[in-house]
Amino acid sequence: MTSVRPDRLGAFVALSLAIALAPAGARDKKDKDENAAASAARDFDKNPFPSTYRPYPGHTTLITGATVFDGTGKRIDNGVVLLRDGKVAGVGGALADLDVPADAVRIDGRGKFVTPGVIDAHSHLGVYPSPAVDSHSDGNEATAPATPQVWAEHSVWPQDPGFARALANGGVTSLQILPGSANLVGGRSVTLKNVYARTPQGMKFPGAPYSMKMACGENPKRVYGGKGQLPSTRMGNMAANRAMWIKAKEYRAKREAGKLETRDIAMETLAGVLDGEILVQNHCYRADEMALVLDMAKEAGYKVAAFHHAVEAYKIGDLLKANDVCSAIWADWWGFKMESYDAVPENAGILYKAGACVVIHSDDKNGIQRLNQEAAKAQGSAARAGIAISDEEVVRWFTLNPAKAIGVEKLTGSLEPGKMGDMVLWNGNPLSSYSRPEKVWVDGALLFDAMDSKRRPVADFELGQVGEGDVK
Amino acid sequence: MIRRLGLSLAAALLAGTAAQAQDMAITNARLVIGDGTAPIDGGTVVVRAGKVVAAGAGVAVPPGVKVVDAGGKWVTPGLVLAITDLGLVDVGAVDASNDSGAAKSPFNAALDISAAINPAAQPIAVARANGVTRAFVAPLGTDAIFGGQGAVIDLGSDPRPITAARAFQYVEMGEAGARLAGGSRSSTYSVLRNALDEAREIALAPTGPRRDDVLLTRRDAAALVPVVTGRQTLLVHAERAADIRAILSLKTDFPALKLGIVGAAEGWLASADLAAAGVPVFADPLNDLPDQFETLGATQSNMGRMAAAGVRVAVGKLDGNSPTLAQYGGNLVALTRVPRAIGLTWDKAFAAISSGPAEALGLGDRIGSLRAGRAGDVVIWSGDPLEVTSGVVKVFIDGVEQPLQTHQSRLRDRYLTPQEGSLPKAYDW
Repeated sequence: MTSVRPDRLGAFVALSLAIALAPAGARDKKDKDENAAASAARDFDKNPFPSTYRPYPGHTTLITGATVFDGTGKRIDNGVVLLRDGKVAGVGGALADLDVPADAVRIDGRGKFVTPGVIDAHSHLGVYPSPAVDSHSDGNEATAPATPQVWAEHSVWPQDPGFARALANGGVTSLQILPGSANLVGGRSVTLKNVYARTPQGMKFPGAPYSMKMACGENPKRVYGGKGQLPSTRMGNMAANRAMWIKAKEYRAKREAGKLETRDIAMETLAGVLDGEILVQNHCYRADEMALVLDMAKEAGYKVAAFHHAVEAYKIGDLLKANDVCSAIWADWWGFKMESYDAVPENAGILYKAGACVVIHSDDKNGIQRLNQEAAKAQGSAARAGIAISDEEVVRWFTLNPAKAIGVEKLTGSLEPGKMGDMVLWNGNPLSSYSRPEKVWVDGALLFDAMDSKRRPVADFELGQVGEGDVK
Repeated sequence: MIRRLGLSLAAALLAGTAAQAQDMAITNARLVIGDGTAPIDGGTVVVRAGKVVAAGAGVAVPPGVKVVDAGGKWVTPGLVLAITDLGLVDVGAVDASNDSGAAKSPFNAALDISAAINPAAQPIAVARANGVTRAFVAPLGTDAIFGGQGAVIDLGSDPRPITAARAFQYVEMGEAGARLAGGSRSSTYSVLRNALDEAREIALAPTGPRRDDVLLTRRDAAALVPVVTGRQTLLVHAERAADIRAILSLKTDFPALKLGIVGAAEGWLASADLAAAGVPVFADPLNDLPDQFETLGATQSNMGRMAAAGVRVAVGKLDGNSPTLAQYGGNLVALTRVPRAIGLTWDKAFAAISSGPAEALGLGDRIGSLRAGRAGDVVIWSGDPLEVTSGVVKVFIDGVEQPLQTHQSRLRDRYLTPQEGSLPKAYDW
């Protein structure tokens, strides 16, 4: 339960003033009713669908002799990693002084590699699940240009077979599910642990902040322009956004002044952004539009956590670094729409060289199975352009950096003592086409094991179907 | 006299292009022939008049040819991108630049996509810079079950992209075909059988009167004559095992059909039938999701299982927006290291993106490998070509060294340092 009520004192003061200034009798009752409404609009439960995720039991596990990329940019050859009580308990060299209980499961990691669990900052698993039939198309509430009131977790189908593929082939342990990009504001995201559950609440990453999805460019103007309404142009996109933020600021001011009479769940999301409690994940391909969004964010008083897709981020690496914004990008997707025409495979490399935050994302049920390879591709392209980036730095792009972009970097994303025991043992260097996860732990529980045919998840949908439990 | 001069000018022009194909030998290579055999260290490949004349260890360099020392790097045949819209599209979502389908055309099977290929399109340049030298271009955006006649192209930076026009007819079956044929699979088969019947009638009486209940235009029916007589391959997009079996059974009534299956996500469940029929398959090796009800059995082990059962497999009709074909081969190798999964050895995986597609289309004697007599399509790589970190160093097509500059590489050069210098970026070119 994280119902934060920073304005409770304000409400009390406002109520006292109203009582002091008002004549007795009928007006007193009216004021009481108004303040009850104002109070409901301010003192609402910010977490009405709380996470019920609980880590599964795990053994104390010690991996020895492996090459460890810890996610923070460190590489440890012949390293050891200890998971205990669901957490990373220790990481170090062969001689690290770790307190290893006698009953610990010991894994010989020689010739193998260990990374933190892979994190995808941009997924639509669950909201656009497999099979991709119309009845499952739950990612875009494309009925109004801004829908901050919708929450992705209310669309997530926890039986999407894609979660299993992301775990087994991609080593993905956490992922942010975003609404689609038809709308200027698509709604709230939800961050999940990649652990099947009967309910979306059962997958929710405990303690992860909400994000709000925004979208620049072609999609909103195409979808709504096609309906003959605002926005039909890029300037229309910006106008609609700015008008929205002005309203949100008014809402927030009213809320602070105790003058809100009814709750507005759309405004609650926008106010949450202005309060700094909800992060902004902004789909935006072109450099010019990203620069405009940064100024709009200053005007409105919020911060963009990451630009997603960001194929032209390399053109403004300096600006992105100065604004401390991550770029969540593909390695080499290119040319499928006009705003992706200037994509270059050196995008990540140039951003890295500029000192900006690089995140390799998928936006795709196939790509999420190979974020490690996508990062490696970007590394290779950078190297050929004269930008040499070490393996241990590149591993950050699909571990700690996406954790930062979605606001869970204090909890997961690196192998540091005290963090969640989210970890992958790879059968070779993860930055190779030839490597795959051998074992994947989430919160210390072994949830995929290539060596054990039963230690892989099979979603409800695949039961009794051809290929149930196949290697996939 | 004038006539003769004209002819000799034309001859000179042709000779001129051939002359660009400089005779050469690439030596000191980790040489991949591309036919499924193992790489050869210290290999040499000799290309003369645009064709491979010899490749292997201990191949002598003929006097007078240009020598390129590969310095121990990987040297392979160019990759073959099978079943793609390359050259038909500039930007997929920009309708006016997209010739992969023709919703309002009065024709379908008769459409010949070779006329629409733009060899200067950026997607061709980008694919070339990623090591692709030939492509099988298909009308993938079809709005009838018959998409029309696909072409084999080279990706050379020259105005003549066509290796083989009308190399195959492309037909959409399965879920998509059913929608196009009126709503059901049974309708698809009726439409297809009727079309082949009409073609057979035209074949028997090319100029004769037609019955009064024909559904196809004469032009469309005539375009299917090479299909029904087995002179042109019929590539059929189908994913479900049951659909694949149904398509194979067409041979009962149309015995001359030369079939290839495209997609085949459940091909492993019909592999015995495919092997017995000798029908090749073009598949996406990374397709592993039950994304449609016709792909419930999808698995990355599909190609490996089919190959083990004796099916001729090639990588083709890839999903996604990445231009890196080699990555698909690399993942087939990765599967060989996963317990219970079935992939392909490195040698066979490479063949699945070079000689495999060529042989599946009956062009194995012309392209796809470095065996003598094949086109001089050669790529030198910075490292193992199936590794995602590797890239292309040099590309030769028909023995002609190719430019590797693209819109992308020019942008990279301009923005390697994002900040402006003494002039705006627009002056930096």
